[in-house]
Amino acid sequence: MLRFVAKRLALAIPTLWAVLTLVFVLVRIVPGDPTIVILGDQATPAAREALRQRLGLDQPLWSQYWDFMVQILHGDLGRSLVTNRPIVDDVWAVLPFTIELTVAALIIGVAMGVPLGVLAARKRDGFADWFARLFSLAGLSFPAFVSGILLLIAFAVQLRWFPVISTANATDPVERLRALVLPAFNLGLIMVAYVTRVTRSGMLKALGEDYIRTARAKGLPQRLIVWRHALRNVLIPIVTVIGLYLGVLIGNAVVTEIVFNRPGLGKLIVTALNQRDYALLQGLMVVSAFAIVVANILTDLTYGLVDPRVKTQ
Amino acid sequence: MSDAAAPAPAPAKVSLAAPSAWRRATRSGGLVVGLLLVIGMILVAAFAPQVAPYDPDAQDVLLNLVGPTADHWFGTDAFGRDVLSRVIWGARISLFVGFVATMAGVVFGTVVGVISGYYGGKVDKAITAATDVLLSFPQLIMGLMLVAVLGPNLQNLILAIAITAVPAFVRVARGSTLAMKERDFVDACRALGYGDLRIMFLHVLPNIMDEVVVMASLWLATAIRTEATLSFIGLGVPPPTATWGGIVREGFDNLLDGWWLSVFPSLAILLVMIALNLIGDGLRDATDPRAPQ
Repeated sequence: MLRFVAKRLALAIPTLWAVLTLVFVLVRIVPGDPTIVILGDQATPAAREALRQRLGLDQPLWSQYWDFMVQILHGDLGRSLVTNRPIVDDVWAVLPFTIELTVAALIIGVAMGVPLGVLAARKRDGFADWFARLFSLAGLSFPAFVSGILLLIAFAVQLRWFPVISTANATDPVERLRALVLPAFNLGLIMVAYVTRVTRSGMLKALGEDYIRTARAKGLPQRLIVWRHALRNVLIPIVTVIGLYLGVLIGNAVVTEIVFNRPGLGKLIVTALNQRDYALLQGLMVVSAFAIVVANILTDLTYGLVDPRVKTQ
Repeated sequence: MSDAAAPAPAPAKVSLAAPSAWRRATRSGGLVVGLLLVIGMILVAAFAPQVAPYDPDAQDVLLNLVGPTADHWFGTDAFGRDVLSRVIWGARISLFVGFVATMAGVVFGTVVGVISGYYGGKVDKAITAATDVLLSFPQLIMGLMLVAVLGPNLQNLILAIAITAVPAFVRVARGSTLAMKERDFVDACRALGYGDLRIMFLHVLPNIMDEVVVMASLWLATAIRTEATLSFIGLGVPPPTATWGGIVREGFDNLLDGWWLSVFPSLAILLVMIALNLIGDGLRDATDPRAPQ
């Protein structure tokens, strides 16, 4: 297992390098003079020159690139242009909220999606199947901010079951959990849809296999056949789909945080956009790049856990 | 996405042009419903000046924040503007951005993908590596960054969404081309002395269009959703131009004043998403021989 992990980590290095390079290029394609974009066209030449030096824009491009990479390898994301605080500190302050939200959404996605998919496959074209198909169609169709607003209006504004203004910062764990329910369900909705679809189609295929017939012939109870034998073989596509759409989840987390006014990376991105804080924006892009590479590694490692055959390949 | 990119396994795919594919597609009903909805919405958007009951930008301070009535089906907003008219006019920008950005992504991505798959070698390796890196970034974050850097306006919005679409189509077109170029008819073309360009774009391309079309229908939903989301975040076409995402944003800012401000434009977005997903699923099932008959 250790060798498998080491090999997977080594594979991530070129990907990370490429993604970081992409971030470097992206931030530098600002049309026109970036100092004017940041300071506005009323800024004095002296102020613009000072900013240029602070951002290292007076250096040649390769030197900027080198500094960028060295800085990141030291775990330094630079300082915010507006507050002058280290960006790493800002990120650490809100990261737990985003992770909390994403993990909760993942749990909801699996806890609802797998049973729904299994049920739909067992009662094909029955009521459960139709419900699962409609539900996953809706889940795939809802943009995160649309479902978020509808949930907010229904359950927070009208029914008052949950707070309108997020209390994610509360020290009281019950209050904190209450603030998590709607956003997590909103973010989890799309995962439920993906997981339901892949579980349903995987189960339909698995239930037609020879080993299932053998298990039936042996007289094993139906519950055991479905949940132990068939589902085990559907786990790989389920993990794949979760890994594949973790990126979508991270993107939607940003929108969900905005709608529910939760602290997190999403709110930080909006702050950076509003204040034209390109240093903060670049730092946040680096963080999301890391998040995606880590998510991909975790997905591959889960393959090894779910299916022992993967490790030996 | 990945199964469309894999070299076509046996059994062979059913061509979308085949009559049987059309029968399969229409039998489920989803495709027909989706198509009717989308055509309806395009017509409403195209004839917005005739269909919309009011001027979408006309303000009436005496009639602000009125809930749905017989005169204003979707109510009025904080400036007294008719929400229904704004949703109808908003469809123009939202659908336009979605279609143009998707088309640009399809054309560019497919051409690059076909070239990459057809020639192979170092160019193919480089293109595949670049595609993998671009695809590893969440599409929404990528679009957000691009618009943030380029500046929010209609042109940049289309450009940014098109750029995020390109890698997906490169991958699909490349994978299908790889499978197609081993086929006998390509050998025959070579034997006849046809040039590479002619083979690629007159013979290979028509044969991989099914995969591209299915992908494009699903991507159209993604493009419209991205435009709406970016507008909602404040990175869309600047106000007062009505776009679906922008109207939802305005409604969201006045959430406690009236539910109708955000609910109706939200439902418009949802409706087009459902319609496009129905079309995408229907087309995919129609070309997949393993799908239930």
